[in-house]
Amino acid sequence: MSTLEDTHELVGRGNIEGAALFRDWFAELGETAKTGGEAAYVFVMGSCNEILKTFDLPVVFPEITSLQTAVRHVAHELLEEAEDYGYSPDICGYVKADVAVQLRGGDHPMGRLPKPTISVLTNACNTYIKWAEIWERMYGTPMYTIDVPGTRQAGGQTWAGNADFEADRKYVEVQLRELITVCEQVTGKSFDIDKFRDILGHANTMTRCWSRMLELNSARPSVFNALTDGTIYLGVANGFRGTEEGARYFERLVEEMEYKVANGLGQDMDEQYRLLFVGVPCYPIFRRFNELFSEWGGTFVNSTYLWFASGGTNRGFEYDLNDPLASLAEGMLVSVRDAMDSMFHQDTVLEQMIADHHADGVIYHPIKSCRTVSTGLADGRRSLTEKTGTPSLFIESDMMDRRVVSEAQMKNRIDAFFEGLASRRQMAQAGPKD
Amino acid sequence: MTPTTTVTFPEWRGKSLDDALLECRDQVESPDFETVNRWRDAGGKVAGHFQVSFPEEIIHAAGMLPFKVRGAPTEPDLADSHFGSYLCSILKTSLELALSDRVQFDMFVSHPICDAARNLAAIWGRNFDYPCQILYLPQNPNSAGSVDYLRHEYDRIRRVVEEVAGREISDDDLAHSVAVFNENRRLMRELYDIKREQPWLIAAEDAYALVSLAGMIPREEHNELLATLLPQIRERSTKQEDRIRVVFEGGFCEQPPFDLIRMLGRTCYVVDDDFHIGMRWITSDVDTQGDPLRNLAEAYIEQSSYSPVQHDDRKPKEKMLIARINEARADAAILAAAKMCEPGLEEQVTYTHALDDEGIAYFVSEFEENMTSFSQLEMQVETFVENLLFA
Repeated sequence: MSTLEDTHELVGRGNIEGAALFRDWFAELGETAKTGGEAAYVFVMGSCNEILKTFDLPVVFPEITSLQTAVRHVAHELLEEAEDYGYSPDICGYVKADVAVQLRGGDHPMGRLPKPTISVLTNACNTYIKWAEIWERMYGTPMYTIDVPGTRQAGGQTWAGNADFEADRKYVEVQLRELITVCEQVTGKSFDIDKFRDILGHANTMTRCWSRMLELNSARPSVFNALTDGTIYLGVANGFRGTEEGARYFERLVEEMEYKVANGLGQDMDEQYRLLFVGVPCYPIFRRFNELFSEWGGTFVNSTYLWFASGGTNRGFEYDLNDPLASLAEGMLVSVRDAMDSMFHQDTVLEQMIADHHADGVIYHPIKSCRTVSTGLADGRRSLTEKTGTPSLFIESDMMDRRVVSEAQMKNRIDAFFEGLASRRQMAQAGPKD
Repeated sequence: MTPTTTVTFPEWRGKSLDDALLECRDQVESPDFETVNRWRDAGGKVAGHFQVSFPEEIIHAAGMLPFKVRGAPTEPDLADSHFGSYLCSILKTSLELALSDRVQFDMFVSHPICDAARNLAAIWGRNFDYPCQILYLPQNPNSAGSVDYLRHEYDRIRRVVEEVAGREISDDDLAHSVAVFNENRRLMRELYDIKREQPWLIAAEDAYALVSLAGMIPREEHNELLATLLPQIRERSTKQEDRIRVVFEGGFCEQPPFDLIRMLGRTCYVVDDDFHIGMRWITSDVDTQGDPLRNLAEAYIEQSSYSPVQHDDRKPKEKMLIARINEARADAAILAAAKMCEPGLEEQVTYTHALDDEGIAYFVSEFEENMTSFSQLEMQVETFVENLLFA
């Protein structure tokens, strides 16, 4: 039986503990920077944290450190600095903010960032490669690309046992073994397979919880905001992947969400319209962007962001601890491929999300900075509209650059969208005309 | 007439060198890709492959026409609503060719060269019923597993092509195609030798047109064209002028407008460049003995050029550019990038810093395939050139 005390203890715990973990993480990075220790620079789609944590390498996610500068309203200064250095206004804001932070010796609003000892990336975003080349040139940092072949044609994914899949898996496994060798060279440590197995175990717990959490938000009312709360969960899912703290955090988060579902406790608002978010959040006005929807009773119940920025953890792949390296290769292949599918084939992903999460509308937010995510959205929207007729809104801005964020224009469009949703609902309630 | 005997570009035949080059320029400047349509009208099938590099030999071996999809000098009237803002032009005009039926395809393949282009196969696939595939060329060419992987990936695409072509592709077919393309690569190298050694013998836009045609006519025809015209070009009596020698960098994907190349050619000798580098990606003969797919895969990894869309530890791009400049004995570089082209714009920063360190002069610019006004740019280039000439 639930009590008021339980409610006080549980509800909102995930956000508080997530913020605390974030502070711990940045404190560790600050300490590493201070002592000149080693650190790995990695990315959210295929971080290889499982291997890096085996070598005790602190991890910096430059996507996360960059977005923090936008949330903290200092990104514009950094963008201008990088543009003065030569980078075009038309390239990724994350990259430019990071370049400026590096030019400032790692000085970041949340503390000092260590220099990269190694960078590890996948091909899930081509800018990852260009970005790592910058550190390679700036510091001589070795970069290792885990090349993960994606879906070749819509609906053409292959699976274990298929010869094409096995060729891809073998390629990924060869690269993971090469990465381990590079890590051994960089850290001077030997690879500890037992420690690696423990880390995979924690990652499995986190994966199970992540999938469960997404599933729980299909409840009415929804139990967390996929845009705002979800971004906190994403930070922990990436930064603490494969750690005991991460596993514990997500077990407790699921406990919170299950409690909320069991007791019909939704988000702190009256849920009128259930929305899906497609793209990357508008970090320069992060809270306000959400308010533009919540003021109308719009709640974000799921997003493609929670799929691709978790590196495809939503896919729910769990590692076989008896064959850890081969299984990591398969997991990376399946999960990173899924992350790419959430961007390039987002129309098919959304069809399922609309059904599972009883969504009333889809909000597309293509951004100047990220062509990986944004290029196919207009066409995907056409396709989704033809197939499902689900109302949608298409608003362009940016995840970093406030120069292309116009709140007034956004509000006009969002207000009109909700007026349309309300009118549609009224017409549906009135029934067909004779 | 069977497709393999179809002549898609007869206009240059029997004409003087100048008139033949005029025909080449006309074909390349046209947004209608008439040569491709002639191939189709004769019953041939067309596989479109987007920039940058693609193993065209596999398509050729199936008796199909590999068409290098490179955008077009046209407005994206139908394609525009399929894209958002902040995107390069080539994506839109390429899709426009298909949506407008200006070019009809039997299959389309792209490679994840950049964040924007990697979306193209999915977009294409939502709009057309024929196979719209991604060829995953290795983004980690330094891995010991890359050749094996690529060999398998080429075999996978061979199976897709076989299905479209309705026929098997044997190893002998492939070996024959490799030989045809080896000859083409040899002739293109000869063209670039002329550009480097005697650039006054061929205008920049003429050299460009000759390269560009490779991606829109059968390679046998292209071989015949080059084999006929290159000796005539060498025999020209054009006098050398006092012009600076430049390398143009930035034409690996979206192509600069023809008039921009013409404008550059009026003021400088363009002694090397990366125009359509994908069709010149493999820099020496591919082995014709043994497993042809493995030979192609090894050549892609081991005998290849460079571009901003591939990272290879062995080929730092700024060092490769400096080597290109030095080998061409160039005085300066034109560092261009297509508007909204993220890899090109990012590489520009590296190139400028590296050239500063080397004391090599450079001119930085952006372009768009559809731009039509060059007067301001021409004045800037002339000023740059005069500064170098009279320094």
